[in-house]
Amino acid sequence: MATRGMRRVTQSGLSILGIVVVFVILWEGYKFAWTALEWSWPVRPDNRTIPHTWDIVGALFQPAQRNGPLLLWVELKAALLTLREALVGFLIGGAIGFGLGVLFVRSTTAERAFMPYVVASQTVPIIAIAPMVVVWGGRLAVPQWLTVSLIAAYLTFFPVIINTVRGLRSPEATSMELMRSYASTPRETLWKLQVPAALPYIFTALKVSAAASVIGAIVGELPAGFRGGLGRDLLQFSQQFTAAPQKLFAAVILAGLAGIVFVGVITFTEHRLVAAARRQA
Amino acid sequence: MPPAVEARGVGMVFGRGAEAIEALKDIDLVLAPGDFASLIGPSGCGKSTLLRLIGDLATPSAGELAINGKTPEQARLDRDYGMVFQSATLLDWRNVKRNVELPLEIMGFESEARAAKAQEMLALVQLEHFADHYPWQLSGGMQQRVAIARALAFNPSLLLMDEPFGALDEMTRELMQQEVLRIWEETDTTVVFVTHSIPEAVFLSTRVLVMSSRPGWISDEITIDLGTKREEDTREAPRYFELITEVREALRRDERGKA
Repeated sequence: MATRGMRRVTQSGLSILGIVVVFVILWEGYKFAWTALEWSWPVRPDNRTIPHTWDIVGALFQPAQRNGPLLLWVELKAALLTLREALVGFLIGGAIGFGLGVLFVRSTTAERAFMPYVVASQTVPIIAIAPMVVVWGGRLAVPQWLTVSLIAAYLTFFPVIINTVRGLRSPEATSMELMRSYASTPRETLWKLQVPAALPYIFTALKVSAAASVIGAIVGELPAGFRGGLGRDLLQFSQQFTAAPQKLFAAVILAGLAGIVFVGVITFTEHRLVAAARRQA
Repeated sequence: MPPAVEARGVGMVFGRGAEAIEALKDIDLVLAPGDFASLIGPSGCGKSTLLRLIGDLATPSAGELAINGKTPEQARLDRDYGMVFQSATLLDWRNVKRNVELPLEIMGFESEARAAKAQEMLALVQLEHFADHYPWQLSGGMQQRVAIARALAFNPSLLLMDEPFGALDEMTRELMQQEVLRIWEETDTTVVFVTHSIPEAVFLSTRVLVMSSRPGWISDEITIDLGTKREEDTREAPRYFELITEVREALRRDERGKA
């Protein structure tokens, strides 16, 4: 079993590496071919618009500021800070989503009363909500990073609530009737039948939410004026794009990595909790 | 000892007003403890509905229904019912043993008592070597045997079975019938069994209740005097065929009566 696990890790490592290689070839190939053919559509192949891949990686290994630490360290620290905010937001949003999901399945009255607002909440753009949360958080003396987490939570709870409701309702009618015939209490039916049945649905939502919580944290850092996270740096580098485009690309790569790490942790947990035959996506 | 099932003028209406459908009308029925009663009739005659009323999965719109001298709800709260449906409805995240233990967990048995009981029940349905398998690793017939073991794990006085072998092939079906008869003898449970199959009803039952549709009611009752010891030979006995004919004619009589 151990060797099979090892082989799987090696295989997925190789495939990830393969994709990186293919991507680099496509990127540099585009630059080379478009320059040679003097094409400029859809994207100009010059170093301002599409920096060389080695320049992007190289930017990570240069000091972020004169005589300062390497950009890689600065951005890794920023990514960790942002991930922490995202994680706390994810936990808050996940708990709220699961709790409301259970409530809605227990009480259709509650579902009918609140579901429209839950849906409406997601049509309001996060950039409109974020400043309000920042202002309210400031008044209530909530720590700045927690304010950012609350903004992340706002993006997180929705997929969880929708999938929790669906998952808790997924057991067949006969399974529910069996529980009834055992004179099972609603709580026991919830934990022994409905929640296990809902886990594949909930994990699908958690993966979406994990990625969304990273976005929520990055976006939330901007109105919060939170320094040291990825959001601030992404904004700063995009303003400096014409001067040093490779810095923005480098920060984007780290933001992407942060999301991948988070989703990876969720997938790992799912594999421990849910049998292979029952996983959805 | 009160009757296992006692129905007086039980009726069931679905819907209201002009769209109301009378599913059951004036059901009078007394089953003694230890009876094996089959409900047989055409589709839509309300036999499953009657089973659901007995099992407190629905409440009759008219009449009186008593289970072991109690209301159906009280009987359910007292865990008097074991139920088996057409699909095994096993929980696919639990292995066979833990599926059988499910009702025992809910009823608050200690873990050692649960394990012992599950082992005993799996031996009863001859699946003791499959305790650690998962439902998807079993054939349809084996899954249904697990469902039976689960239904009997807490010694219910009444076993309600709704076309439990409807999805099985003929060979497996006959084997399962033998199993059920053996289990019924070993456990002295009262069984109410819904089926479409005339031979199945005759082979298994002490009493066959023939139902007729629109509205559903019990039009005939046939006592099956094949004795308690039934084996594969029983399926070739002249009396077995006579009884099959008798049930078939009772079913036809009802259809003619309506036409």
